[in-house]
Amino acid sequence: MSNITFRDVSKSYGDQVVLEDFDMSVGSGMGKIILGAGGSGKSTILKMIPGLVLPDRGKVLIEDKEISSLKEDEMMPFRSRIGIVFQEGALFDSLSVFENVAYRLREHTTMSEESLSQNVQKALGFVGLADSSDKMPSELSGGMKKRVAIARAMVGNPKIILYDEPTAGLDPITSRSICNLIMRLRDIRKITSVMVTNDLGAAQVIAAEKVTNDRDGKLEFSGQNDADDPNTDFLVLHQGKIRFEGLQSSLDDSDDPYIREFLD
Amino acid sequence: MKIAEQINGDFIYRILQNVQDFTLLVAKVISNLFSRPRYLTDTYTQMDAIGVSSIPIVLMTGFFAGAVLSLQTASSLKAFGAVNLTGQLVALSLVREMGPVLIALMVAGRIGSGIASELGSMVVTEQIDAMRALGTDPTKKLVTPRVVATTTMLPLLTVAGDLFGLIGGWIISLNVLQLNTNLYWSEALRSLTYLDALEGLLKPLVFGFIIGMVGCYMGISTKGGTRGVGKATTTSVVAASILVIISDFFISKIILEFRF
Repeated sequence: MSNITFRDVSKSYGDQVVLEDFDMSVGSGMGKIILGAGGSGKSTILKMIPGLVLPDRGKVLIEDKEISSLKEDEMMPFRSRIGIVFQEGALFDSLSVFENVAYRLREHTTMSEESLSQNVQKALGFVGLADSSDKMPSELSGGMKKRVAIARAMVGNPKIILYDEPTAGLDPITSRSICNLIMRLRDIRKITSVMVTNDLGAAQVIAAEKVTNDRDGKLEFSGQNDADDPNTDFLVLHQGKIRFEGLQSSLDDSDDPYIREFLD
Repeated sequence: MKIAEQINGDFIYRILQNVQDFTLLVAKVISNLFSRPRYLTDTYTQMDAIGVSSIPIVLMTGFFAGAVLSLQTASSLKAFGAVNLTGQLVALSLVREMGPVLIALMVAGRIGSGIASELGSMVVTEQIDAMRALGTDPTKKLVTPRVVATTTMLPLLTVAGDLFGLIGGWIISLNVLQLNTNLYWSEALRSLTYLDALEGLLKPLVFGFIIGMVGCYMGISTKGGTRGVGKATTTSVVAASILVIISDFFISKIILEFRF
């Protein structure tokens, strides 16, 4: 089980309040899409989940255990269950693609070189970059960097993956392929997913579709009925406060002027 | 621990905050030396990058510092008819003072700035956050190896620089001042005591620690995008250079207490 809960979380940087009495909960294996304009505190929420940023007040709980009160080295067992895909990928530019993906395994396991290489190649294969493992991050395009970042986040079987603007600045085709990866991790591997984005189009695709394995083991993308077993909902953030929370259908029907402006 | 947070007043607050954070980082680096994991490979890589690659500039600095010392002291000594003592003066000022300080300033410019900009870029591109998220303590993986490398390499570089300084002084003595080779070297080596050697090694040890710590601190506390990286780089060179000169004064003063 890997649910995430925020309780009355507040955070400010200097005089600027980025979050105020913020509550959120994400069920195990579920998806949450956080929408909001730049500077609305979205990335801060994401960084609070593995304890990279600590709240001024309130609690962040993972699997019902409070992470926000722990010391840096006590957070490590939690962090090993969480993967993050940073906005620009945040790949280590002194390491090759292979070493970037292998990083977590090298640091925290005593895996043999052989099984390590197997794990890394599997993750790179999943994102479709099996033949780029010797490249350096500077040789990759924006979309490839993000795919490597996804591979790095998913290695070691985390139960939660966080995405910071995964589709920002990508062309529609690349953006769609990133959405497919996110859905496959959520629906087939049952990984709890929190995604922060400005990209409404990508958000709607991820919320509306569902991936299943058909009998031949092939992937099947299908529109999912909102009312019938939805697994992803939305949260709209405005000036540190929740402006909307719910499913896509009610988001589309909302007549809140800010949300209308955001949607249209 | 967070005393600075209770004090208001923007300017004083910022200074105290920096002093506090810097001190905490120093404490962290020292405690990292005694705990696992140790990242020895990273330390060797840094030693190579910091030490070996600085050899050319350090040797050049040393050589010409020795040469100019020899020129200048000889012209002063001439007034007292004591040109014969040139070797002694070059050796003493080089080993005690000029060698450690000049080389530390060169290394602060070359290595301190490099460390600050590298770590600063990693902060700006979220690589430091990514490292923490992947369960690695950046002070262990990035800061401690760099500080260990600067602290151990600077004394070695200084010894090499001092030697080249003596050679520079000798060449000038021989060719410009027409001094006897034997006279120069015997004066130079006779004048040096164990205390001079200690001073000549203690200073670069402290300077190396300062350069590494300041570079890492400035890098890791970078804020505000690529402009922040530029600012961190400049500040690290300025702050490290000033701290080197200030600490040089105090070390000299303390060591003087042990002389007669």
